Amino acid sequence: MTHKIPGGGRELDVETLARVEGEGAMRVVVEAGRVADVQLRIYEPPRFFEAMLRGRAHTEPPDITSRICGICPVAYEMSSCLAIEDACGVTVPEEVRLLRRLLYCGEWIESHALHVYLLHLPDFLGYPGAVEMSADHRDEVERGLALKKAGNALMSLVGGRAVHPVNVRVGGFYRLPTRAEMAAVRPQLARALDDAVATVVLTAGLDFADFEQDYEYVALRSDHDEYPLESGAFVTSSGAGFPARDFGDWVTEQHVAHSNALHARLRDVGPYVVGPLARYTLNHDRLPPVARRAADEAGLGPTCRNPFRSIVVRAVELVVACEEALRIIDGWQDGGAPSVPVPPRAATGHGATEAPRGVLYHRYSLAGDGTILDAEIVPPTSQNQASIELDLRAYVQDRLELDDEELTRQCEQAIRNYDPCISCATHFLDLEVERR
Amino acid sequence: MSDRPTPRPRLAVWKFASCDGCQLTLLNCEDELLELAGAVEIAYFPEATRAVVEGPYDVSLVEGSVTTPSDRERIQEVRAASRRLVTIGACATAGGIQALRNFADVEEFTSIVYAHPEYISTLDTATPISAHVPVDYELRGCPIDRAQLLEVIAAFVQRRKPRVADESVCMECKRRGTVCVTVAHGTPCLGPVTHAGCGALCPAYDRGCYGCFGPAGTANTASLAHRLVDLGMPRRDVGRVFRTFNAASPAFAEESARHLGSEQEVAR
Repeated sequence: MTHKIPGGGRELDVETLARVEGEGAMRVVVEAGRVADVQLRIYEPPRFFEAMLRGRAHTEPPDITSRICGICPVAYEMSSCLAIEDACGVTVPEEVRLLRRLLYCGEWIESHALHVYLLHLPDFLGYPGAVEMSADHRDEVERGLALKKAGNALMSLVGGRAVHPVNVRVGGFYRLPTRAEMAAVRPQLARALDDAVATVVLTAGLDFADFEQDYEYVALRSDHDEYPLESGAFVTSSGAGFPARDFGDWVTEQHVAHSNALHARLRDVGPYVVGPLARYTLNHDRLPPVARRAADEAGLGPTCRNPFRSIVVRAVELVVACEEALRIIDGWQDGGAPSVPVPPRAATGHGATEAPRGVLYHRYSLAGDGTILDAEIVPPTSQNQASIELDLRAYVQDRLELDDEELTRQCEQAIRNYDPCISCATHFLDLEVERR
Repeated sequence: MSDRPTPRPRLAVWKFASCDGCQLTLLNCEDELLELAGAVEIAYFPEATRAVVEGPYDVSLVEGSVTTPSDRERIQEVRAASRRLVTIGACATAGGIQALRNFADVEEFTSIVYAHPEYISTLDTATPISAHVPVDYELRGCPIDRAQLLEVIAAFVQRRKPRVADESVCMECKRRGTVCVTVAHGTPCLGPVTHAGCGALCPAYDRGCYGCFGPAGTANTASLAHRLVDLGMPRRDVGRVFRTFNAASPAFAEESARHLGSEQEVAR
C-alpha cells in the first residue's frame, strides 16, 4: 500500500511482509526527496520466553526454547545446552560435539534450502512465490525441495523429527544414532551435495543490485579449524575477539528514537551484521574444499559486502553443511556415551552458536538446585534489525525514480536478504512502534 | 467454454502467536507440496507467497494462540471468511507454551523481558482459538505431524471426517515395537496420557514422552502422576511435566495445579 503525501513526499507501507518467518511490516517515508523514516516493524505477539524460563529446571531450556522458532529449533537447543553446560562447568565429549554439528548441518540445509528456493529466489526471478515459480522453473523448485528434504531427513535421524527435535538434552543426546542408520541417509546427502553445488551455480548467475555496504560483521570462529556452527568464540571484522561470556560487555541494546525499537550495537562500532555474509567473510579460510571451489567458481571473493549476494553465500553454506555432514557420517564410530551428567550448581553460563540467520546467544543464571533464576536470549534477527533499516534507507535513497510498486517490491527483497526470523526477534523488540 | 475446470478449493493459512513450526510442516511436505498446490488453490499463505486471493476460503488452517487485543478481533474476521476452520498445533488448540502466562502475573512477565513494558499490548492469557470462535477440527501436536496434516487437509477438501485416532502414545509405541521405557528402565513417561500422532518418537529415542501432543481423550493424569512420584520424581517436577506445551489444556492444567500448589490459577 502506498500513499502520496503533500510536498512530493511518499510513503511505502507493506502491512504483512510475505515470505519471511513471522509477522512483520515495513514502512518507508520519503519527504522532499529524502528518506525521512524507515521501519521494519515487528507486530508478532510477545511470548515472554525469558520470563517463562524463570523457575524451570536447568534441564528444560533445550525443549522450551526450541519452541521460539520452528525453522531454527536446533539453534535454540544448541545455544541453550552450551550455556547450561558452561554454568555447570561441563564440557561434552568429542562425539557429542560432532553429533551436534551433524544435527545442526541438517538444520542449515533445511533452513537455507527453504530460504534460497522458496522465499528468496522468487524475488530474483519475478514471481510472488515458489508455487507460482514452479510453473516455469519446475526443476529448480524440485531441486530446492529435495535439498530441504535431505536436511529434514538428517534432522529426523539425529533429532527424531525436523521441527522441535526430541533427542537433544543438556549434556548430549538421549540416544546416539548408529553407523548403520547414518549410512542409510548418506546417499540422500551425497545427492544433496551435488544439488547444493548446482545451487551455487544457479544463484551466482542471478542479477544483483549494485549495493556494496561497509558492514561491521560479527560471527563465531571455531576452535576446531572448521567453519563455525555449533561452537566458537566471537570475532568481528574490525579485529575484536571475545568469548561468549563477554557478549554482554560488547553488545548493548539501545533505544533508538526514530524507530522506537531496541537495536543491538557493538561496543565502539554501532550497528553490525550477523549471518551468512558475516560468517563467510570472517571464515573464508575455513571453507571445506568443495565449498571453497564452488565459491571461487561463483566469483565470490574472500569477502562479500553486497547483501543481495547473500543468496549465493547461503548456497555456498548449503555446500558446507552437506560436505560437513558427509565428513561426520563417514568418520562416525559406534560405542560412545550419548551424554554426560550435568550436575547443577549456582552459577551463570553463556552459550553462542551459529543459527542459519546468524549468532544466537543465550545466558542462564542457576540456583544451586538447577532452578533457573534469570535467562537472556539474543537472536540473530534482533541483532540485524538496525542494519536492515540502514540498508533500506540507503537503498531507497538511490532509487527514488522507481515507481511505488517496484520500489516496494525491491525493499521487500532487501529485507529478505537477511532471512529475517521475526518469531525469534519478537521476544524483545518493541511491538507498538506506532504508539508515540 | 464448456470444459472450464471446476474451481479448486481455496486454502488459507493464518498465524497467531506461535513459532511458525506448524505452518512450516506444510512446506515440509516436500513430496506433496506441488501436487497439493495443484489440488487446492493456496489463496492466502504469507510465509510462502506474496500473492493474496480474496476470501471467502473453503478451508483455513490456523496456527497460534490468541494473546493480544488485535488478534482477538482478527480471529473473528478469519472465522467469518472461512467455510471450515482447522486449528493446527498446540498453540491454536491449547494455548501453547505461551499459555504459561495464564499461571503467572503478565505485568511481571512483561517487565522481565521488555525495557519499556508500557509499549507492550498483550492479554493476560494465551487462549486456544476455540475459546473465541467455533472450530471445525483441532489437530494436536507441538509441532503437528506431517502425515496427520495431509490427512486433515485431504479430508476437508473431500468433505469427509479426518481419520485421526484419539488414542494415547502407548498404542503407537506398541505398534512400533518399542520396549516400554517406564516398565523396562523406570523412565518417567507421559505416553499413557498423551494424545497419539507423533508415532511414539521419544521412547524410540530412549526418552520418556514429554506430552507435546497434549492429553489423550481418556487421560487418567492422576493415576500417572502417582506412578511418576513412585518412580522418584519430585512433586515439583511432576507439576512441571504437565505444565509445558499444553499447559492450559484442562486435563494437564488440573494435574499440574495439584502438584505446584493451589495458589496457582488453573487455565481460564
